[in-house]
Amino acid sequence: MTLSVDINHRLGDFAVEAKFASAGRLTALFGPSGSGKSTLINLIAGLIRPDKGRIAVDGRMLVDTEARTFVPLHKRRIGMVFQDARLFPHMSVAGNLRYGRWFTPASERYAKMDAVVDLLGIGHLLDRRPAKLSGGEKQRVAIGRALLASPKLLLMDEPLASLDEARKAEILPYIERLRDETKIPVVYVSHSVAEVARLASDVVVLSQGKVAAAGPTESIMQRLDLLPAEERGEGGAVLDTKVLRHDEAFGMTVLSSPAGEIRVPKLAMAAGAPVRIRIRARDVMIATERPAGLSALNILAGTITAVRPGIGPTVEIAIDCNGAIVLARITEQSKHTLRLALGQQVFAVIKTVSFDSATTGAGLPAEADG
Amino acid sequence: MNWLLDLTPDEWNAVRLSIKVATVAMIASLPPGILLALLLARGRFWGKTLLNGLVHLPLILPPVVTGYLLLLTFGRRGPAGAFLAEHFGIIFSFRWTGAALACGVMGFPLMVRAIRLSIEAVDRRIEAAAGTLGANPFWVFVTITLPLILPGLIAGAILSFAKAMGEFGATITFVSNIPNETQTLPSAIYTFTQVPGGDAGALRLTLISIVISMVALVASEVLARRVGHRMDIE
Repeated sequence: MTLSVDINHRLGDFAVEAKFASAGRLTALFGPSGSGKSTLINLIAGLIRPDKGRIAVDGRMLVDTEARTFVPLHKRRIGMVFQDARLFPHMSVAGNLRYGRWFTPASERYAKMDAVVDLLGIGHLLDRRPAKLSGGEKQRVAIGRALLASPKLLLMDEPLASLDEARKAEILPYIERLRDETKIPVVYVSHSVAEVARLASDVVVLSQGKVAAAGPTESIMQRLDLLPAEERGEGGAVLDTKVLRHDEAFGMTVLSSPAGEIRVPKLAMAAGAPVRIRIRARDVMIATERPAGLSALNILAGTITAVRPGIGPTVEIAIDCNGAIVLARITEQSKHTLRLALGQQVFAVIKTVSFDSATTGAGLPAEADG
Repeated sequence: MNWLLDLTPDEWNAVRLSIKVATVAMIASLPPGILLALLLARGRFWGKTLLNGLVHLPLILPPVVTGYLLLLTFGRRGPAGAFLAEHFGIIFSFRWTGAALACGVMGFPLMVRAIRLSIEAVDRRIEAAAGTLGANPFWVFVTITLPLILPGLIAGAILSFAKAMGEFGATITFVSNIPNETQTLPSAIYTFTQVPGGDAGALRLTLISIVISMVALVASEVLARRVGHRMDIE
């Protein structure tokens, strides 16, 4: 799937001028509120008609203002999951799920009711009315409803934003399964670094209606300057690792990454399973010699490849650990004391590994010190 | 109780005719009522205020004036009346159909108002969600909007029916008071009050008219509650 967008749209004083293309499995439109990401997704869905520009999915031109092309919303075959589930109150859950099927040509119906109900774990809700569902259940039904219309592209507009942390944790694994088990490309709007780092293969960063950066998640998450101020503490390295083995004696799991082995509290996953971990820049210390007598288990050797000014008296230091970039946020004073410079050999001491364990449905995202 | 049901054939005819006229008036007003309510609730066009005023006119004009205007327009020699009689064989003047037309017109503003309010209460974002699932605007209306406004639709229909059951001024002006043809309950009651010894008849018809109105009201309440319960609107 390729999505290409090049539009100009004005809403009062606010203008969205965005140009990007993405072929990712799950592309995140990321930015603070008011950055134009919801407008952009509504433009892709066909809920808004742009003033100027083009939108194409897989070469199919949905909007081209110059050629006066505008495919109406109901003919786009683009599924949408809204922040508020927007279930039909006069239909049962089953009725909601079946709704899109009616309007999908038989030859293009690839989504199977049983498979989708299983994927989202909503089998026990089928006879209920939407008013009788919890927020998390509503959102799962809304995802199922969109999937069962057999869309060519699925848009999700901050599907977790109105839910509390526990409900978010309940739904995230389902979105991961959706990403991994179905072939539907997803465009996911979010302002949360945690969600984007966990779910996205590609990120488009929006700022004041414009595309500030676009690229693979790993590289975008390292650009702390792109993150909104309140989320900057969440930024850091995103590494895709694999479960190497379990250390039963200490109840630990050893992950293999290009940077070396990383030890985390035991994960309920089989050896070889992929795990995406996030190492926040604020959780990384730098040592010029391999430290001894330290409680931290994960110490990675690497070379300083970049030094960037951070917020206030801090600097951000990128350390290339055998191809994997780890980011550290330290004070200007520490940098001065240690006389850190580009190309220097250092050790990154990792205090905390955030890993979103629910890749296997294990529950809450966990953090592991040590 | 017996004296209440012991109606003369003419009285029975008036009851039957009233129910027939009110039912036809209600059913015939529904499609244009929904259309106008939609237009007024959602349309953005020049002259909307004027259209709104026109729809409400029967509510504020004296019924006799409405009746007279109907007579001028839909009477035999009226422009609309002559056209309909010539091309479709539909004749209104001094027929029960004319009574239904007069009743429908008088109840129309009430019906449009109730439906319009319920359309305005529909969450358009839910309709947009249906659009993303592939439903075109027609199907969105049929499968989402219409079921969601059902309570308002029922309320509007009952108001129109009740108004038609009680309509007097416009009806008698337009189609007169002909037994078995245009003499509805109110006209029959009026006739009884004009003749000596008609009090018993007038009272009988009055009670019947109260019963019919109450039954209609209760039925609409029950129906609306059932629909509302089925929907569990959040």
